[in-house]
Amino acid sequence: MSAPYTGPKVCLWTLDHANPASLETYVANGGYSALKKILAEKTPAAEIIEQVKISALRGRGGAGFPTGLKWSFMPRNYEGDKYIVCNSDEGEPGTFKDRDIIEFNPHQLIEGMVIAGYTLGAKAGYNYIHGEIFELYESWEKALEEARSAGYLGNNICGSGWAFDVHAHQGYGAYVCGEETALLESIEGKKGQPRFKPPFPASFGLYGKPTTINNTETLASIPWIMRNGGQAFLDLGKPNNGGTKIFSISGHVNKPGNYEIPMGTPFADLLVMAGGVRDGHTLKAVIPGGSSAPVLPAEIIMACTLDYDSIAKAGSMFGSGAVIVMDETVCMVKALERLSYFYYEESCGQCTPCREGTGWMYRVVHRIEHGEGRPEDLDLLMSVGNNIAGRTICALGEAAVGPVQSFIKHFRQEFEYHIEHKRCMVGA
Amino acid sequence: MTLSAQSLLSADSLAQIDKEVAKYPADQKPSAVMAALRIAQVEKGWLAPATIESVAQYLGMPTIAVYEVATFYNMYQLEPCGRHKITVCTNLPCQLQGADTVADYLKQKLGIGFGETTPDGRFTLKEGECMGTCGSGPLCLHNNHTMHAHLSPETVDKLLDELK
Repeated sequence: MSAPYTGPKVCLWTLDHANPASLETYVANGGYSALKKILAEKTPAAEIIEQVKISALRGRGGAGFPTGLKWSFMPRNYEGDKYIVCNSDEGEPGTFKDRDIIEFNPHQLIEGMVIAGYTLGAKAGYNYIHGEIFELYESWEKALEEARSAGYLGNNICGSGWAFDVHAHQGYGAYVCGEETALLESIEGKKGQPRFKPPFPASFGLYGKPTTINNTETLASIPWIMRNGGQAFLDLGKPNNGGTKIFSISGHVNKPGNYEIPMGTPFADLLVMAGGVRDGHTLKAVIPGGSSAPVLPAEIIMACTLDYDSIAKAGSMFGSGAVIVMDETVCMVKALERLSYFYYEESCGQCTPCREGTGWMYRVVHRIEHGEGRPEDLDLLMSVGNNIAGRTICALGEAAVGPVQSFIKHFRQEFEYHIEHKRCMVGA
Repeated sequence: MTLSAQSLLSADSLAQIDKEVAKYPADQKPSAVMAALRIAQVEKGWLAPATIESVAQYLGMPTIAVYEVATFYNMYQLEPCGRHKITVCTNLPCQLQGADTVADYLKQKLGIGFGETTPDGRFTLKEGECMGTCGSGPLCLHNNHTMHAHLSPETVDKLLDELK
């Protein structure tokens, strides 16, 4: 492997300081200087968007959509209110990066939201925070108060006369609210059921007003880009994959946690940083981009670099950068059973193929795992999956299908063994 | 008859709800419903029908609209539960890191399964979905808001001893 990365970090650099979350730490290291400069120089929105485009920053929530392009969709001359929304509803199994930004660098997220608000002409910003991390909802509200007191939020930001405020909105237990339109419904005080698109949020978003929704890590990257320039951000990563990226690594590694490294780093290097596979064990499979991403066997993932292009070429998804590592002790049927239960539990129930199909998939995997599988079950699972994918309003349907079809594709033998022998071949 | 929120909830809870309402445009009070239900639940321990009705009335929403929210999000507690609700994440990353062992230990120690409450009303055990903190698993939430990470039978013992 190459030497461990020691270059600049975009989001979690505050962890190298004694009080990572404090306003003092942030300001002493250049924090809020990009905002001050923009307001003092009245930087045109088009120039800011241009820098974000040059940076090749792509949505860090999982979809990887170019952020600069998304920002350019917002109507410039719209007379009414517009909103900026941050998606911190991080509930995809394996993903736990945004929580660390909120906990350890809350002000960079605030500055990013304020710069976004200025650029897009928004009236206010809301950050939707995953319900289960309620302690961080409370700590981030304190950071907002600090920012207000210091003049970085409110009616006269940095003495410019420009008014903008940011608020925290809590989730309370619904994975689907990570889908941007379900999230908007939820902020409006409704069930979190996704909307039909189009219209897209840039024309019909929160309260029916033009709205831009970005992931936490995306927005937190903006101040760094504006301080150092889009080109410097791009140079941290590789073409079309700008920046460093936080990888959340969990499962069978010695040191699970978040590692912020350049886009394009070999997977093998990340594995070493995370202490390697559990002592005495060998790598079996990796889910490289959150639980929705197709699983990859060890030999395929070990040849990948961590960027959108390499992971896609290998047949999976870069997603949110959540890497779930499994060693040779894992029964793939049991692992899939748990993931399938998750999607069944979290389907919002709006679209029949997802509501019914996720239940079917769970029940069939469950019976295979419990020694009641039938020879036709694998074909049945593939067929149910094919009848969900592409037939639902949001991507949760496809997200539920990805694990099922990829687990069967790469580990079919294990499923067949379960069905034939009514027990597991792992350790058999 | 619907009891007003003013007569059902404490002044402190109402002040907290008012603070949430103030975050949103004046004509968008329902945006505060998730927070209002959370605040009411913290005070009452669970969301009784009368509590839900009073929240609806306070925010000027149809009661059914508040029920839709209370039944959709799984951290709202719609029936009485123990003083200490322990929600264990059993999803894949936590499972790989030992969540099943922790869940089995909790079940055996408390003598109850998921979705059940101890006869003395002290503990309710629940199975949870991803809490977005997988790197520190196995995890549980105490009464929805306090997370305990890196669980093992030893740390579970310590936690349960602290919760009277």
